[in-house]
Amino acid sequence: MTGATEATAGASPAPEGRRKERLDRGLKVRTEGLYAVNSYREITYLVGPRLLLILGLAVLPLLLPNLYWQRVLCVAGAYALLAISFDFLANYVGLVCVGGAFMTGVGGFTAGIFTYYLHVPWPISILLGTVLGAALVTLIWLPSLPLRGIYFAILTFMFPFLARGVILALGILGGTEGLGPVAGMDNIWIENYLVIVVLLVAVFGLRRLVGEDAGIVLRGVKDNDMAVQASGISVTRTKAKGLFIGSLAGCFAGAYIVHLYNFMGTSLFATDYSILPIAAAVMGGSGTLAGPMLGALILTPLSELLRGFGQLRVVLYALVLVGFILFKPEGLLNWLTRKYHQFEKWTKV
Amino acid sequence: MNDEVILEIKGLTKQFGGVTAVNNVDLTLHRHDILGVIGPNGSGKTTLVNLITGFVKPTKGKIIYLGHNITGKTPHVIADRGIARTFQVMRPYATLAAYKNLIVPLSSPRVKRMVGGSLGDRDAVAIDILEEVGFERDAYVPYKLASSLPLGYLKRLELARCLALRPDLIICDEVFSGLSMAEIATMVPVMERLHDAGLTIIMIEHRLRELFRLANRVIVLNFGSKIADGVPAEVMEMEEVKAAYMGTEAVPC
Repeated sequence: MTGATEATAGASPAPEGRRKERLDRGLKVRTEGLYAVNSYREITYLVGPRLLLILGLAVLPLLLPNLYWQRVLCVAGAYALLAISFDFLANYVGLVCVGGAFMTGVGGFTAGIFTYYLHVPWPISILLGTVLGAALVTLIWLPSLPLRGIYFAILTFMFPFLARGVILALGILGGTEGLGPVAGMDNIWIENYLVIVVLLVAVFGLRRLVGEDAGIVLRGVKDNDMAVQASGISVTRTKAKGLFIGSLAGCFAGAYIVHLYNFMGTSLFATDYSILPIAAAVMGGSGTLAGPMLGALILTPLSELLRGFGQLRVVLYALVLVGFILFKPEGLLNWLTRKYHQFEKWTKV
Repeated sequence: MNDEVILEIKGLTKQFGGVTAVNNVDLTLHRHDILGVIGPNGSGKTTLVNLITGFVKPTKGKIIYLGHNITGKTPHVIADRGIARTFQVMRPYATLAAYKNLIVPLSSPRVKRMVGGSLGDRDAVAIDILEEVGFERDAYVPYKLASSLPLGYLKRLELARCLALRPDLIICDEVFSGLSMAEIATMVPVMERLHDAGLTIIMIEHRLRELFRLANRVIVLNFGSKIADGVPAEVMEMEEVKAAYMGTEAVPC
């Protein structure tokens, strides 16, 4: 990917006789392929951003002023996992899943049931909630998998309402009141670092997966499912695998939230869990996996600052979505990546 | 020529509402044949391919492949049995490099079964297959994003994707169309090599000159019905075929 790329028309019109050119940095070219291990400079160039992310998240809880903001970080982490899940499913499996709330709900209730009724220790409950929850979500959505694009989106969007309706109408699992207290982690440092570790595992794990052969098949389904079928691979089975992997992140978020709030109720199916991750993905940069995480880590505290406005906060997500789609459709991380790898200069035409 | 019947089609019919796209077609294909399928636009050629490969379910009729009834089976099951196809409208896995496009068929259960274990370095196998269909073996073209490949390479990529599945039968839906004369001239030997390697091939083609050079048998479809079946030279002399292709005799004025 060397060479000049012409800059797209920016906000300011180009002056007469000049043109903005975008060029790869020499250092970027020198870090491609085998050359990456040339010297510490090249290695730093490659490892730097990843290290920054890991270290940044590692020290983040220590920098937060008080317990309140540490709790906000926990919630933001859960949203970030949902955003990663959304991004992975939408851009690497081709399933536009607008039902993040269904994952948090199913994962949350599954984990909560183990802790509340069966008195299972929370780490095991969260693990079971994640894995069993993801399996349950995959199983329930299995009949919808042949649907594409907007149809799958509509269907998944309806499921949280359906589940909530069932719980409220039948009065099961705590009904309108919810169930509590659920024995939780009860230690803010564990709560902070658990979600951070899981976030890092999710981001790096999924980024690795989409480059591996198994991930290539998933991406094939997104690009052209007919060709995948013609290659002797079941599209439904492949989508189910992708959905299971994506749901793991979403269901963990739910299981984690239950043990964070020491409470499980129909609020686990709240529409926020479906919508905010999408805004975060658009803001952070679709298809980058790390971008949506950053988006959620910015958007959640921002929405927390606007808590006084109540339900009007939803307007914020909408505004962020519209703003980024209109003015920065590539999203934050794609923009930063470009700045990192390329420089711009004016040349005479 | 081997006498083993690889594909047998009996009374195959497909109706879309009131339109009969394929009408009562019978066909017997022997191993190592190259069968050409020709016919005017809308005569049901692509529907026939879709029926054989399971993308469209037949209204009536039977398709028997290597002794198994594959009528109404799903596309991936049929592909798994060893029928590979190209698509007339090419849609590569656009976000992947050209050689990565082949990772999908190379990861299929069929390939795993046929290799009987690990393929080793799938990327290297992919590059080999691309070279077989005429990609340059350099550090550039196979690594380009599939979405940035020119048409000629996309057609080759379609073919390569079929080959990667290690099929017994490949069905090529207009792999020559849209190519320049020079590109076709390089594609014909590719097809010949595939045939020499033991593949049975069905080719749907509008480029009759090249098709007749390759095919040992041709069928002609018109309005969904098979109107001719035989060796190329004979078929082209038949009156019905001329009429279907060129229209009935010109009116002198």
